[in-house]
Amino acid sequence: MKQHISQFRFWAIGLITVWLALFVFVPNLLVLITSFLTRDTVNTIALPVNVENYVRTLDLLYLQVLVDSLGMSLLAMIVCLLIGYPFAMCIVQLPKRWQPILLFLVILPFWTNSLVRTYALQFILGNKGLINNLLLSLGLIEKPLQLLYTKFAVVLGLSYILLPFMVLPLFSALEKVDVRLLHAAKDLGAGAFSRFWRITVPLTSPGIVAGCLMVLLPAMGMFYISDLLGGKNLLLGNVIKTQFLNTRDWPFGSALSVLLIVLLGFMLWLYFRAAKFVSRQGGINDSDF
Amino acid sequence: MNEPRPLLILKQLSKTYGDNRVLDSFDLTIFDGEFFTLLGPSGCGKTTVLRMIAGLEDADVGEILLAGQDIARMPAEKRPVNTVFQSYALFPHMTVFDNVAFGLKMSKVPKEEIKPRVMEALEMVRLGDFAQRKPNQLSGGQQQRVAIARAVVNRPKLLLLDESLSALDYKLRQQMQVELKRLQRKLGITFVYVTHDQEEALSMSDRVVVMYKGKVQQLGTPREIYEQPANLFVAKFIGEINQLDGEIVAIDGNHEYEVKVEGMQWTLHAEHNFKVGDRVNVLLRPEDLRVEYLEDVQTSQTLVGKIVERNYKGKTLDSIIRLPSGAELITSEFFDEDDPSFDYSLNQSVAVKWVPGWEVVLPYEAAH
Repeated sequence: MKQHISQFRFWAIGLITVWLALFVFVPNLLVLITSFLTRDTVNTIALPVNVENYVRTLDLLYLQVLVDSLGMSLLAMIVCLLIGYPFAMCIVQLPKRWQPILLFLVILPFWTNSLVRTYALQFILGNKGLINNLLLSLGLIEKPLQLLYTKFAVVLGLSYILLPFMVLPLFSALEKVDVRLLHAAKDLGAGAFSRFWRITVPLTSPGIVAGCLMVLLPAMGMFYISDLLGGKNLLLGNVIKTQFLNTRDWPFGSALSVLLIVLLGFMLWLYFRAAKFVSRQGGINDSDF
Repeated sequence: MNEPRPLLILKQLSKTYGDNRVLDSFDLTIFDGEFFTLLGPSGCGKTTVLRMIAGLEDADVGEILLAGQDIARMPAEKRPVNTVFQSYALFPHMTVFDNVAFGLKMSKVPKEEIKPRVMEALEMVRLGDFAQRKPNQLSGGQQQRVAIARAVVNRPKLLLLDESLSALDYKLRQQMQVELKRLQRKLGITFVYVTHDQEEALSMSDRVVVMYKGKVQQLGTPREIYEQPANLFVAKFIGEINQLDGEIVAIDGNHEYEVKVEGMQWTLHAEHNFKVGDRVNVLLRPEDLRVEYLEDVQTSQTLVGKIVERNYKGKTLDSIIRLPSGAELITSEFFDEDDPSFDYSLNQSVAVKWVPGWEVVLPYEAAH
């Protein structure tokens, strides 16, 4: 019996290791190597080794893209937080038997490819789309509103696609909040707002940070949303995509990818530092309120 | 002592969960400055009463008057009442200081006043040096004291304590009992304590209400409840008690009855009124029984039985004596200087008697 278990463990871990090595480690290594090579019109990439690509990333143009995409991702993150937090609170307060069903509904959209869902958004937002047709037929507007191909559409798309990543960590954090602490706060004279702000929010801060990162990190690279809804290269992911598929400058695209990975890695590191600090403190202290 | 002033009056409180009537037309008056205990087995409704006073639960019907004002519909955060919870419910993300300061901040006490008041409360529970610690860095007893400080710092009219000592180990619990009592006397705040531990209730309270199935069984001082239980439930719930069946054979008048118990006729005192022929329960505390060696017995008016168990308890020798009828009596005798080393052997025949008048005679009830 014991032998079976250890054999199972060996194969399970082995398989995952091979999978990770083959599909995560090796591709990333290739990207890293490519980023130090030179563009070649015939073979795509060629020697010599150089850091020219990284120097190019310092161009003001790309810095602008970085700031823009960071701004839009942050906006999407805030939208997700503002919608996701009350949403998760509602689910937590419902009877236990309803919770799995609602969580299932949150996850359900994942079963449809997000690209397809983005096209659906295009159909809703377009000049002859659902919203404009409705408003026109109601006589509220005289000519179609420009909804599609705006920054608004991109932020909406990002928020829509990434909302579940915000809701799930928030739900699990809210679920852990001991209702007896809220009773104690009530007993000590805290009204609904104080209970929320001084007890619930600090105690769910790890969930808030986790949810924000889960939205922020992928948002930076979601080029197809910006492509389909923004019509322009608004996100860093778009620039990378263009370098690979249109300009065919693989080394520079790789350098940008590496940069993005480093940036996201840095944010993750910050998160783990914060999470460790918070768990050691048992939550964020409110003495500064 | 002044005439006691009623502080809290509960009128006709009722509460039903589904088919379960947890509280049934419950009336209670608690006086200003007393240490009052709600005592009963789990599920008797005592915690429900406490949570209703705190405002964490609503009564279906009934009034709650605090210092003359009906607070039954007032939200918990507005009531001048604070609770020490069974789980302590300290805020894990705040320091001890911030935990204690929480209530003061909520009631908008000026900042410069908060610090001295918090420190005073912490000094009072001897945790002044722990102000900057987090709750998870404290022992159970220390957390308990923080919970008390967090409640009393608000100077509530009423302090509610929900099984507050039950999570502590025996030694610490005893220590905290003394400390709580001392604190109550010093602060002059009315304490309402909930417990299922009758020993705790007796040792700390000025008055106790014994509850069962959502109803008051008896209300009185610890002494009244222990020595004059109102019914069989109270008698059996508080401490240990022996129960013998009897029958009234004659009435001597003035609460004195001739009662037939274990085939013998006894003159017993009873608070209740009985008729000849009534069946009764005669109740005797183990420590009120006197056991004698058969050769020392000078009167025939004793019960005779066989020792079936003897347990040395240090302070006392506890024995179980089986009577000829099959009934068993538990006795508990103190060792004293007259007879420091008495003991019995199993199966030894002994005589049992008690101090006349220390028995409790109640109308017969089928055993619970």
